Amino acid sequence: MYQSIYTRASLLFVLSISCSAAIADDTTLHALDERITQLEQRAAPTSSANAFNPAISLILGGTYARLGVDPTIPATGFAMSANPGHQQGFNIGESELGISANIDPQFSGFATMALSPAGGVSVENAFIQSNALGSGVNLKIGRYFSGLGYLNDLHAHAWDFVDQPLVYATLWNNQLGEDGLQLKWLAPTDRFFELGGEIGRGRGFPGSDTNRNGAGNAVLFAHLGDDIGVEHSWRIGASLHETQRQNAISTGVPDLLGSVGGVSNSFTGKSRTAGLDMVWKYSPNGNVADRYIKFQSEYFQRKESGTLSYNLLTNSSYSDTQTGWYAQSVAQFMPHWRMGLRYDRLNPGSATVGAANTANVISNYGFQPTRTSWMLDYSPSEFSRLRLQLARDHSRQTLPENQIFLQYVMSMGAHGAHSY
Amino acid sequence: MKKLLFIAMLLISSSSHAAINVFACEPEWAALSQILAGDLANIYTATGALQDPHQVQARPSLIAKARNAQLLVCTGAELEIGWIPVVLRESANPAIAVGADGNFSAAKYVTMREVPGRLDRADGDVHAMGNPHIQTDARNFLPIADALSKRLAQIDPDHAAQYQQRHKAFEQQWRTAIAKWEQLAAPLKGVPIVVQHKGFPYLNAWLGLNEVAELEPKPGMEPSASHLGEVLNELHSHPARMVIRAAYQDARPSDWISQRAHIQAVALPFTVGGTPQASDLYTMFDDTIARLLGGLKQP
Repeated sequence: MYQSIYTRASLLFVLSISCSAAIADDTTLHALDERITQLEQRAAPTSSANAFNPAISLILGGTYARLGVDPTIPATGFAMSANPGHQQGFNIGESELGISANIDPQFSGFATMALSPAGGVSVENAFIQSNALGSGVNLKIGRYFSGLGYLNDLHAHAWDFVDQPLVYATLWNNQLGEDGLQLKWLAPTDRFFELGGEIGRGRGFPGSDTNRNGAGNAVLFAHLGDDIGVEHSWRIGASLHETQRQNAISTGVPDLLGSVGGVSNSFTGKSRTAGLDMVWKYSPNGNVADRYIKFQSEYFQRKESGTLSYNLLTNSSYSDTQTGWYAQSVAQFMPHWRMGLRYDRLNPGSATVGAANTANVISNYGFQPTRTSWMLDYSPSEFSRLRLQLARDHSRQTLPENQIFLQYVMSMGAHGAHSY
Repeated sequence: MKKLLFIAMLLISSSSHAAINVFACEPEWAALSQILAGDLANIYTATGALQDPHQVQARPSLIAKARNAQLLVCTGAELEIGWIPVVLRESANPAIAVGADGNFSAAKYVTMREVPGRLDRADGDVHAMGNPHIQTDARNFLPIADALSKRLAQIDPDHAAQYQQRHKAFEQQWRTAIAKWEQLAAPLKGVPIVVQHKGFPYLNAWLGLNEVAELEPKPGMEPSASHLGEVLNELHSHPARMVIRAAYQDARPSDWISQRAHIQAVALPFTVGGTPQASDLYTMFDDTIARLLGGLKQP
């Protein structure tokens, strides 16, 4: 009985649809079609196990580098700093897997796994974030890139050049990653003003990853930024970083005695870094899809003071102030094509060395490492980029070299929004 | 002392009744919010009319403005996916977070077109939720205005009656305007056109324009010389009357086709402020239709 009513009703329904379809014009039909497709999609059953899967992105990157000098040789005067160097020949150094999702209304999670060319996976980022605290407070806990400077928390696939500026390479081992806690506060003002603080394990260079209850490093930063009309925007910032270095061993450090292959030194003491950063962007009509110019510059000064153990044997006091800066400009001169120029300069400073080591340790190299890089890149879409970079590197005294890089950076899957 | 206290209380109470801060992602939503809220809202427009809304940077100024907003009015449907997530994350403002009352997506209230049957980036920059350029069909503003006015009343219940009143007035005026535009645009029905970017399915559906070709080989991909050549060849056998583009887009591909196919190149405002004439929502459609009618003339 009920069944027959239903059959009749549906028959009527079908009839009425076909009748109205007969008199409807193409546009209406098209609209109906569109709505049916959407309804079908809405009705499509999705199991919740699948639906709540996080956003996954895979960055495939690779570089070919033609170098004139052994990349393991550090910049002159920075043998006790980090030397991430370059990989010679073909390599896939920049491939990374990113996973992110909201965890609940309060928290979201992010993880980035770097695929090492030699095999194996390392955790680059793995943090939870909460911006539901209100009052402009943003909390991050876990492993993250520190918010200091301008370039530090940018992932490698978003860099404008194949490599980081020399000052980032030597003072931050390319970028400072920390295990810890970051708290940011955005002021309720019309102009962008942000204050941030971090305490962490001290895992990333120049920290010493040692077991202790307290924090191994501390970072403070402030950013101020705004627009000027619709075409210009800017941001300036200042940062402070402090860490206690413990038995930080550097190998292959040249000395006054001319030891072949250098010696190993160990340093224990305080490391304090202050930095200034600025970025300015200009785009005709503010339409960055078409054309833009970006200019940025950063300066860091690191003062280290403590005890140096020369050749791991002779102890004396040691203090040095190293500085470095870069300035770069990137222009998208037509859609999909960009060109960039960067100048790097470092100053190893002149160290004050205790009496026991004055005859061993080189306190003044009398040389300032520099590098000039030029790049051209082409992005067929926002998911792919091909780059050529040429550099004149004079960061090693008496070893100037010309470098050629060819790079591809492609992203698959979810493509997160980029920060300023 | 009492006087001071009174003044302080007055200040506090006046601040709680101050205009609400609206962060509009695109100029058309700023204009609609202005109509529906008037002086009850301070409206900030995140993008200019000559900017590609797909590609905006999460500038410090946007983050600062979002920090103090009570209502975010965007197109949604992933149009702003390249920048709004960063603005929301960095501004740390729960009032406008995804899912909050203060997060308004206009696309939720209209029937989406060109929802892709398959998602593959080999097809270019496709939008999973459908074509997000919903503002080119004037009829879409009716359900959106209805929803937005209710949302305004929800966020600012003290002025609910005013929002309702303003919405009623708008609806009446807008329906009259739609009737006028449809009458004016009658000669455009069935007219074959070429588009530079797939930005006009809603306009086409509304006015009955017949899109025969696109200059972008795939959505979001720059028109290449070879593809333009193919389009030109096709136009010889299936001629179109004009080539249209949004004001923020590069004029060169349209001009190239226009000169060789001997058809008019028409730049449409696409949003409020896109052309000098399109100063508000009404004039935006006035100008769109005037320019399309102008395109019917032989160059």
